[in-house]
Amino acid sequence: MPKLKINGMLIEVEKGTSVLQAAEMLGVEIPRFCYHDKLSVPANCRMCLVELKNAPKPVASCAIEAGEGMDITTNSEMIQKARKGVMEMMLINHPLDCPICDQGGECDLQDQSYGYGFDRSRYQETKRAVKDKDIGPLIKTVMTRCIQCTRCIRFGEEIAGTADLGLLNRGEDVEIGTFVEKAVSSELSGNMIDICPVGALTSKPYAFTARPWELKKTETIDVHDAVGSNIRVDTKGGEVMRILPRLHEGVNEEWISDKTRFAYDGLKKNRLDVPYVRSKTTGKLEKAKWSEALTSVAEAMRATSPDKIAAFSGDLADVDSVVALKDLMISLGSPHIECRTDGMRIDPSTRAGYIFNSGIAGIEEADSLLLIGTNPKMEAALVNARIRKTWLNKRLPISLIGEPVDLPYPYEHLGTTAQDIEKYTVKDSQKPMIIVGDQIFSRTDALALHAVCRDLAEKIGCIQDDWNGFNVLHRHAGRVGALDVGFVSAAPIKTEEMDVVYLLNSDEENIINNCNKNAFVIYQGHHGDLGAHRADVILPAATYTEKNALYVNTEGRVQMTRQAVFPVGEAKEDWKIIRALSEELGKTLPYNSLLALRARITEEWAHFAEIDVCPQEEWGQFGVTGVLLKSGFKNTIDHYYMTNVICRASKTMRACVDKFYPKKTKTKIKKAA
Amino acid sequence: MKPKFEPNADYQPKDFSFKSQKKVKDILANYPSNQARSGIMPLLDLAQRQEGWISRVAMDCIAEAVGQPPIKVYEVATFYTMYNLAPVGKYLVQLCTTTPCWLCGSAAIIEAVETHLEIKVGESTKDGLFTLLEVECLGACVNAPMVQINDNYYEDLTAESIVSILTALAAGKKPSIGSQTKRVGSMALSGPTSLEKQAKKAGVGS
Repeated sequence: MPKLKINGMLIEVEKGTSVLQAAEMLGVEIPRFCYHDKLSVPANCRMCLVELKNAPKPVASCAIEAGEGMDITTNSEMIQKARKGVMEMMLINHPLDCPICDQGGECDLQDQSYGYGFDRSRYQETKRAVKDKDIGPLIKTVMTRCIQCTRCIRFGEEIAGTADLGLLNRGEDVEIGTFVEKAVSSELSGNMIDICPVGALTSKPYAFTARPWELKKTETIDVHDAVGSNIRVDTKGGEVMRILPRLHEGVNEEWISDKTRFAYDGLKKNRLDVPYVRSKTTGKLEKAKWSEALTSVAEAMRATSPDKIAAFSGDLADVDSVVALKDLMISLGSPHIECRTDGMRIDPSTRAGYIFNSGIAGIEEADSLLLIGTNPKMEAALVNARIRKTWLNKRLPISLIGEPVDLPYPYEHLGTTAQDIEKYTVKDSQKPMIIVGDQIFSRTDALALHAVCRDLAEKIGCIQDDWNGFNVLHRHAGRVGALDVGFVSAAPIKTEEMDVVYLLNSDEENIINNCNKNAFVIYQGHHGDLGAHRADVILPAATYTEKNALYVNTEGRVQMTRQAVFPVGEAKEDWKIIRALSEELGKTLPYNSLLALRARITEEWAHFAEIDVCPQEEWGQFGVTGVLLKSGFKNTIDHYYMTNVICRASKTMRACVDKFYPKKTKTKIKKAA
Repeated sequence: MKPKFEPNADYQPKDFSFKSQKKVKDILANYPSNQARSGIMPLLDLAQRQEGWISRVAMDCIAEAVGQPPIKVYEVATFYTMYNLAPVGKYLVQLCTTTPCWLCGSAAIIEAVETHLEIKVGESTKDGLFTLLEVECLGACVNAPMVQINDNYYEDLTAESIVSILTALAAGKKPSIGSQTKRVGSMALSGPTSLEKQAKKAGVGS
């Protein structure tokens, strides 16, 4: 472990640490443009120059490894001068159009020019101009602002695994581009906006809508997939202006997927803002008061025998409202509750059987990986990024059973059927890992499949004292939480026989299509989509940016959303609606505040008391040995950008579908009547 | 200035394949299989020798051969000036006009070439034989002025000698390469001024 001195302060760092990182540990700030924690080190911006004693000239601190006995000075006059020189060079061809640049106020170049820039330019010649590139509907480019740090290129190459951008030509003509005017097609492309230290790559949907200093920042989590990325929601005047990632090494590092980042305009479109009740005379949905809507729901429920009432919770349902709904259904005496609305029959008896046991960060420890019936690129882009990172670090052998898909790492395709699972063997693996897509449990042989996966995990050694490599990758943010609180029924619900159907954020096609024609359907949710279209009563609810609610990600990590804006119109937070309904039904739920509800939840399920902890669950029995179907696994997500009601309402996501899936554009948006 | 890479230009051909797959294999065999991208530069050279220039499809073809995304090949090809990314004549005449050559009269050489071929710098002759380019120093300043035509240097030029070289090339002959004034290597015109013994031993310069 080398010891070195930085500005007279002694520090001992691990071998391989760069001088810049060592300085950061000491709290010494070194300016930089091209260096980024998560990317490789090209050392081409030269902004991080420091003085190394006995070295003939300044050295780039990002690229020089901390060595024994080094004596570094970061603030000498010589260094100031050197950095000023670098800054002057950088500004030669920079347009200095900060007043009309979206990066203004949060720009590395702007900030650092306060420290190292001159107050006037000595450059008399014509500045160069670079043609802007069209790289798709998400990223706006102003290439003249580019300082060629190459972060975006390295991000595409190293993290996303889609090398679309490159550094072309040389010298004065050098520019970043795709050369063939190709859209950057990656589920993670939006992160290039964050890592761009200047205003060359900015968000297209966010362009010219707000300045960073007028935004209110709320730290919350994302619900577009089951990863539960940590995000920051920036709002202005009660409107979500943009969504940015928050650093969380365990979940999303510092990236978020494009759906998370750009689907926010869906939060403002096609919203249910007042209750609706279907008129008995005209058969059309009409605006109603909350009291009318709740009364009509209560009447319908009272008039129905409890075993004819069913409740379904959907992709985006939070734990609080699911628990409230469960309590309500129990008090009504109905056993028909279900969160596995896509027909998934995964065995919920053992928690370790349906969560991502190793944790997302645990992927980096694995030394062999088997993917079963999943396309992580579509289902959880950040899990996919983590797999790619692991593959880059140690080239672990990766196999896939299921539909062959395009992934940013090589894999061996072993087959498509459940029978192929048993054939899988792995050699010399200390920490083998299996990732099972939750969609395979939508088949009729789900329990048998579950048992087969369990047996395989035990056979190849996934289950050790300090390692559990059996992972289920979920697609929906609401699923694990609902499974945790037992929002499931023992036998599949015969939806067609139900007289009253309560849809909590559920827009699943097969449920809605299976509903009896005469069934009374209640839809509680926030978007006028499939569920609202079929509903007899619509109870408008809040989206994930509008409520404080618990969600559990695929790892079983309990996380909390924070209210960033108020619900639109008369919409209410989900658990409050159910609480109000229970009162209307004369079966008042015993909690009047969110705190009381949380106390109720943690009393029965203790793990909800701890927020943001990746659980270590006991291994146990699950699944039932049985006959496996011969048919192959199918992937359900064929449109990355259209997976829930929020993205289906988003114009940005629509533009992405048109751009990236030009042949498959199949619209599913239906307006509420 | 060389013409820039225009991936969507009309002159870009639709397809490309290497005439000799064996040569491709031999080149790739020089590098470990996980470092195949090192083969990009020699393969670009091979493609250029085959076609005279490197088309976009050729780059895509090379990208596939080395298992890299096409952009990685574009990056390399656009960085180096010796790759021709647009069609050029059979003979690429690269005239040096940097200071030493210019002091020794490169302006007159350019004028002579332009008059002889009836083209301007940066243009190609109609018969597709010659393309004339003005380039920066090629490192043969001792024998300035000089020109590089394809792989060969012609040095100690005069307006007459460059025209005779071009005429000979047009006629399919092979004019003598190197100094046109029979200078040996880069020796001073008056004979060796240093390393005299060695020169004597080698029998040059007298």
